[in-house]
Amino acid sequence: MQKPLVPGEHRVDHLLIAELVEPGSRVLDVGCGDGALLQLLTETKSTDGRGMELSRERVNACVMRGLSVIQGDADRDLADYPDQAFDYAILSLTIQATRYPKTVLENLLRIGRRAIVSFPNFGHWRVRFDLLFNGRMPRTENLPETWYASPNAHLCTIKDFADLVAQMNAEVEEAVAFNTSGQRLPIRHSISLQNLFGEKAVFLLRGRRGQ
Amino acid sequence: MPAHPNAADAGADNGRGLRFAEANNPSSKLLRLPESEPLRLACDQLLAPISIAYETYGELNADKSNAILICHALTLDQYVASTNPVTKKPGWWSTLVGSGKPIDTDRFFVICPNILGGCMGSTGPASIDPATGKPYGLGFPMITIGDMVNAQVRLIDHLGIDQLFSVIGGSMGGMQVLEWAASHSQRVFSAVPIATAAWHSSQNIAFHEVGRQAVMADPDWCGGDYHAFGKVPRNGLAVARMAAHITYLSEEALHRKFGRNLQERSKVTFSFSADFQVESYLRHQGSTFVDRFDPNSYLYITRAMDYFDLAAEHDDVLANAFRGTKTRFCVVSFTSDWLYPTRESREIVHALNAVAANVSFVEIESNNGHDAFLLEEPEFSATVRGFLSAAGKRRGLAG
Repeated sequence: MQKPLVPGEHRVDHLLIAELVEPGSRVLDVGCGDGALLQLLTETKSTDGRGMELSRERVNACVMRGLSVIQGDADRDLADYPDQAFDYAILSLTIQATRYPKTVLENLLRIGRRAIVSFPNFGHWRVRFDLLFNGRMPRTENLPETWYASPNAHLCTIKDFADLVAQMNAEVEEAVAFNTSGQRLPIRHSISLQNLFGEKAVFLLRGRRGQ
Repeated sequence: MPAHPNAADAGADNGRGLRFAEANNPSSKLLRLPESEPLRLACDQLLAPISIAYETYGELNADKSNAILICHALTLDQYVASTNPVTKKPGWWSTLVGSGKPIDTDRFFVICPNILGGCMGSTGPASIDPATGKPYGLGFPMITIGDMVNAQVRLIDHLGIDQLFSVIGGSMGGMQVLEWAASHSQRVFSAVPIATAAWHSSQNIAFHEVGRQAVMADPDWCGGDYHAFGKVPRNGLAVARMAAHITYLSEEALHRKFGRNLQERSKVTFSFSADFQVESYLRHQGSTFVDRFDPNSYLYITRAMDYFDLAAEHDDVLANAFRGTKTRFCVVSFTSDWLYPTRESREIVHALNAVAANVSFVEIESNNGHDAFLLEEPEFSATVRGFLSAAGKRRGLAG
């Protein structure tokens, strides 16, 4: 019944998330987009998955594919969910587009026994290079839009995010950064090196109350 | 007026006889429950004997796991996918229900009952009261959405089905879906409430009251006893329908269809005849409705909708209605529906989220107003198909 994980077919951060998630668990994917991660988790981990997505078109496409997805806004609608309703609350490359990232993160840690958050790392050397030498807002594969058209409101670096997590008294169970070719950076790298060479990062978090 | 329906009445007096015959001896299947199995109504009266007229499509599978119950809206009936014997029109949801359609009768066993209080064969105000040998009229007890669902439960029991694979309905049908999911959640594997609300809004009660007052203001209503006088409050019911019909459309749909176009004339006539196409259209809607619907039924059913408030039944917390539910939900609304706006569907979704229920929610872009759920809306059809096929996999139904 369960399909194996096949690298190459899926986004690297999705593959990592699929590795982190326990089979058969209850998952809420906030900002689920076209449902690719939910589909991957259903197929490879037999999860009981739900999604929330802001774009009406994408929600409808998800439901037509048979995924349980609602139209909703991470900033507004996460408050509805009860505590610990899911094994994992996932926010994949979305936190930078929320209006109140800290509140969203608090809600994720409350709703899920664990939270998985991935985000584009604004500390990546190319971003720094762009700003330092070109004096312009960086545009990369992960951050393709111009500053005025970008949905991103709260970009952060790996260090920034780690600080916020510490401040919120949550525990980092796993943190992985990917370089531009989608390779995982060696675990021995210091956070400064991860922050310099990681293009995006995935954090597996556990709220203190989840212990 | 004959005390008992008779096929010979058919065709006489704008189909009044045919209507009366269908109300008491429907062309569809019919479950007659004996006097010994009364229904305890919300108003605390016992109603017996009860008849439930229904249609079925497709085959029930061996483990009885592929049954879909379709709950109809205010003025519709059991003829969801087959010709209506009164209007001779095709089934009202032929776009959605049939062989190869999103609600696929090759896969699913589809059941559609006429609601309690209706006038197409299920017990209602146009039915003969066995105690008097005359139609119930205003002697019929007040009924609620919950009573309608309880009558449907009897039918599902009779068919030997423990759990329905899905309960699907729009508008008042959606209210029944919510009631099923709230009061009989073990028996509902999946639920699709469409263009509906968990309580009837003040504005909607107001529109219904206009309709009822129009019927009751018609002298031919005869205090509800028009059967005895051989009359029908045609004008009153037609006005009620005209007003209601406007609420089913959208300003944009009306403008697109009619604009300010004149009806078969090149200039206005300086009179109160139907100069505008939209007037002519509404008059037509009113008069065809009178030919197929019982006026007292209209009063009772609109009242049942007004009384519907799922939150009030659960300590004013809608989420309590769904606590512990295992049902998979797919809530659907339409952008231009101002009778049951998306906001009201979202309230259902919020309540379902609050109990971490399995819920999908789509808002379909359409300018057809509330009526959109009855029309060809490809995105809506694809949603229903996708949801049912995923739920079918979960239920272990063969693809």
